Amino acid sequence: MTTGPIVRIEGLTKRFGPIVAVDRVDLEIARGELFALLGGSGCGKTTLLRMLAGFETPDEGRLFIDGQDMTNVPPYRRPVNMMFQSYALFPHMDVAANVGYGLRRDGVKAPEIADRVAEILELVRLQDHAKRKPSQLSGGQRQRVALARALVKRPKILLLDEPLAALDRKLREATRFEMVRLQEQLGLTFVMVTHDQEEAMSMATRLAVMNAGRIAQIGTPHEVYERPASRFVADFIGIANILDLPGGGWLALRPEKITLAARRPDLPLAVSGKIVDVAYEGDRSLYHVATNTHGTMIVSTANTSRAAGEGFARGQPVWLGWSEGAGQRLEA
Amino acid sequence: MRFVIGLPFLWLGVFFLLPCLLVLAIALGTNAPDSVPPVELGFSFKSFALLFSDDLYLAAWLSSIRIAATSTLVALLLGYPMAYAIARTAPNRRPLLLMLVVLPFWTSFLIRIYAWMGLLADNGLIEQFLRWTGLASNPGTILGTEWAVHLGIVYAYLPFMVLPLYATLEKLDDSLLEAAADLGARPLAAFLTVTLPLSLPGIVAGCLLVFIPAVGEFVIPDLLGGTGTLMIGKVLWDEFFTNGDWPLASAVAVCLLVLLVGPIAIFQRNQARSLERRA
Repeated sequence: MTTGPIVRIEGLTKRFGPIVAVDRVDLEIARGELFALLGGSGCGKTTLLRMLAGFETPDEGRLFIDGQDMTNVPPYRRPVNMMFQSYALFPHMDVAANVGYGLRRDGVKAPEIADRVAEILELVRLQDHAKRKPSQLSGGQRQRVALARALVKRPKILLLDEPLAALDRKLREATRFEMVRLQEQLGLTFVMVTHDQEEAMSMATRLAVMNAGRIAQIGTPHEVYERPASRFVADFIGIANILDLPGGGWLALRPEKITLAARRPDLPLAVSGKIVDVAYEGDRSLYHVATNTHGTMIVSTANTSRAAGEGFARGQPVWLGWSEGAGQRLEA
Repeated sequence: MRFVIGLPFLWLGVFFLLPCLLVLAIALGTNAPDSVPPVELGFSFKSFALLFSDDLYLAAWLSSIRIAATSTLVALLLGYPMAYAIARTAPNRRPLLLMLVVLPFWTSFLIRIYAWMGLLADNGLIEQFLRWTGLASNPGTILGTEWAVHLGIVYAYLPFMVLPLYATLEKLDDSLLEAAADLGARPLAAFLTVTLPLSLPGIVAGCLLVFIPAVGEFVIPDLLGGTGTLMIGKVLWDEFFTNGDWPLASAVAVCLLVLLVGPIAIFQRNQARSLERRA
């Protein structure tokens, strides 16, 4: 099988006692995608990933990997590998033994194991650390060992459970780009679970926003941000002003799509208000504006000038304006 | 303050070091059956020399080590699955199972060994049961044989095997086993390559906790074993109480201590290392 989706999920359901963790999920993931499952804690994203790995058996539905029914296949016979959130490195083995573990289980000959381990360690820039124990490595190095260990068997899908959660902020941002580069270089399919929307938005080719065991929306980061399918998605991804529309439904309006001005802007839709709060964030400023008609709205402005006191002060009367089509209509 | 810190040292000095030195002093003395106590202090290696010249002592030694070693192995083979099963049960049910493991300690050790005599005796409960069920018409008994000694040691020391094993298995991270399965390890391979090596500190601790006391065990071979069961603890008892040869009994005790220092040192180092690893 070389055509068709690499993952096909049909009506997958998993219950833990009375809790439905994953509720009749349908999903297709194409070859070579970096697909993200995004959602808050308890939304079912991790359970879905664990069913892909084979650690959980679905109660209902079917799961196909590369066209093969894998619904009840144990993890050790699936063509997928997982990078664990805790990395789950074997503490009693050095880096080379950790990375070569999967190859040894497959009965690959020792010289070939040595070659492939060396090759993958070079790819993650750990060739000088092959003889170290996991306890002698930094957090970032451990993350790369875990990645190398999951990649060395050339899985059809690499599963990543919160791959960057344990890293500090600076390293996380650098690693994001590195992982995308690696994914493109290897041409593999990555399926990633994350609670961090910034991570999902910046890395994924497509993502699924999950809520209460169901997929709320699937799409590219751009689609999900600009055309949220529901009030939940609009609210969950980024910041959205949700305005009531006459005749039912809502308008989801992103803060940066709104013009903030001292006088009435020349735009089809404009409301007046008063600044109640200012949050200076360096690259941008967020203003909370109390309006008479739409309650408190959030507006952001890009701080393109270095001069101080450019923005608006608290208490200042202002106008907000936006064009038709600046927001997304949501049905009730 | 200094007094409080010094107190444990004082305790160890008076109740541990001093008796050890006393035993050593007696071992270096000579037997004097007519005096009280029946020993004449001096500096003679006669008792030690006898230990190494008479085959009886070497034979008792070797047989003690053999019996202790096989019992330890059996205890390990029984205790590991028990500890593993307890560590895998739901956390709320573990305390009950652990309590069942230590429950025998609520009864005196001596009484439990006597109970085994009753069970194993000729026409005892086990024999009656076998006859009643028809499994064996004339089963005979193992009481008075080395089998019974092994049985007694395994029974008495099994909790000392289960508890340290449980302590290491309980700490084992489940995600390591998932990682092994994910990388292609079948359950048996995952056990051999991950669970077993990571529980090695528990295996070493459990084996030493059973082996060390089992080597010097006296009560079990005396009550469950027969005249043919040769164990160094029993020899010591006989020299002291039957033959009244205090220096010789003391020399046996000193040798027992010296020979067990090796395994105890391994145990200590193992503990220290696993503490370091946790830190």
